[in-house]
Amino acid sequence: MAGAVALHVGGDHAARFEGKAATRETPLVKWTIIGLALTFFAIFLLLPLLAVFVEAFRKGWETYLTALTDPDALSAVRLTLLAALISVPLNLVFGVAAAWAIAKFEFRGKHFLITLIDLPFSVSPVIAGLVFVLIFGAQGWLGPWLFDNDIKIIFAVPGIVLATVFVTFPFVARELIPLMQAQGKEEEEAAVVLGANGWQTFWYVTLPNIKWGLLYGVILTNARAVGEFGAVSVVSGHIRGQTNTLPLHVEILYNEYMFSAAFAVASLLAMLALVTLVIKNWIEYQAARSYRTTYGTSQQESAS
Amino acid sequence: MATLKKSSVLPGFNLTLGYTIGYLSLIVLIPLTAVFLKTASMSFDEFWQVVSADRVVASYKLSFGASFLAAGINAVFGLLLAWALVRYSFPGKKLVDALVDLPFALPTAVAGIALTALYARNGWLGQYLEPLGIKVAFTPLGVLVALVFIGLPFVVRTVQPILEDLDTELEEAAASLGAQRWQTFRHVTLPILLPALLTGFALAFARAVGEYGSVIFIAGNLPMVSEITPLMIITKLEQYDYVGATAIASVMLVFSFVLLLIINGLQAWTAKRTGRDR
Repeated sequence: MAGAVALHVGGDHAARFEGKAATRETPLVKWTIIGLALTFFAIFLLLPLLAVFVEAFRKGWETYLTALTDPDALSAVRLTLLAALISVPLNLVFGVAAAWAIAKFEFRGKHFLITLIDLPFSVSPVIAGLVFVLIFGAQGWLGPWLFDNDIKIIFAVPGIVLATVFVTFPFVARELIPLMQAQGKEEEEAAVVLGANGWQTFWYVTLPNIKWGLLYGVILTNARAVGEFGAVSVVSGHIRGQTNTLPLHVEILYNEYMFSAAFAVASLLAMLALVTLVIKNWIEYQAARSYRTTYGTSQQESAS
Repeated sequence: MATLKKSSVLPGFNLTLGYTIGYLSLIVLIPLTAVFLKTASMSFDEFWQVVSADRVVASYKLSFGASFLAAGINAVFGLLLAWALVRYSFPGKKLVDALVDLPFALPTAVAGIALTALYARNGWLGQYLEPLGIKVAFTPLGVLVALVFIGLPFVVRTVQPILEDLDTELEEAAASLGAQRWQTFRHVTLPILLPALLTGFALAFARAVGEYGSVIFIAGNLPMVSEITPLMIITKLEQYDYVGATAIASVMLVFSFVLLLIINGLQAWTAKRTGRDR
């Protein structure tokens, strides 16, 4: 499932295609395609985004700020940040380890392992929540034992963290595996032959090569961790001020017909999404630049 | 392990592979087997009764039907959007390119309430559609709209890099042999794009079938009419019917696994057709 989220170093290709009669469409065709594409883009992407902010400010700044400074909203912010702060480093370490094993070594069952790492992408978030209820819930495998020892996982914070870790599991790994495979292992082998130990090789040779991909994986993981709804909804129990994350808080406000407050909290999440996209573009820009300095202008030469 | 892998001077194989498999088992594999073990505790008749109940079957039809349609819509418009972004210059192109990923970054619940606000009877779009007799919010059409939104980036982002890598020579050759632009597209460009297009379609479809957050707000969730399959799992859970919820989940899981294998096959095909590593 990596294709759609992989770090993409593009550059502008329009001049190459528009410069030649053979690859150029008539202006009528060109503007029809652009018109259709942009209409679709505006209706399905731009309008929903605008709607969030317009609805959020419909009743003015005061209502907006009241909704955001509500104690329940603040505790939802804290829980959301906590879930992200735990799941991002866990999946980061896993992603690096998995990418090292898969990209730098040849072993049997490698493709199968990659498929297994992709699993959480194709599992419905609702099922991601359900599996933890089946294990840790009152009727679950460990339910009676947890009850006897007075440990709460489902309808409590640990369950929310577990569900978040599950749904954000593949992002870093899926970002790094193709990147490190493409880079090969000659540089690392040279470092080892020259006497570097494993950690030095990783820190001074591999990490500088993969830093943009790594950062990209981290912001994707973070965005999903903060915004996860379905999986967290199943394990949360929706206890206000205790087990409510920001997206769940939006749902509660919305279902209580407090639309302006719901959209105010939603606008906070939407801003975070926009910041994520800005960082993503910055990373792509940096990656493209370091790609050009490493490989010169060969890309443009082969293009023209 | 030594017999499993080719020898290498690089260190850390046992450590990283061991950690990978351990963490993968703990977080993903063991939890997922819980679904099948729980399902196995049912007799086949019980299982069949749950997964073939009228209300559940209606939810399959809606979930799979709407997801298929949404992925189809995304395949057509995603191709147009990718084409416009790669081949033409127009004002605002960079911004459009950056915002295409919004459905990946925007929390699904936020998308859900925003779409509902747009398509409700008195909403921005709803107030014009309602007099035409088109009801979107709280109908299966609303489900379709939400699924189009969340699937939008998949086709664009799988097709775009293939389009960028395309050499102009093939199309120039076609033109010099007398082909019209449309003939060139139909017989030269489209066959090259096809594997990526199908991959994008399958990714959007897989995502849509499991989607929950953006759909439940706009769907209205009427039994037999606008209930999606993930909602059926939630409904069973709220009634403390864990076995029933698990039975439906196992049907969805098997479907997801099959789809995942198909997607991997498609990606391998894309790589072969275009010479790209995946």
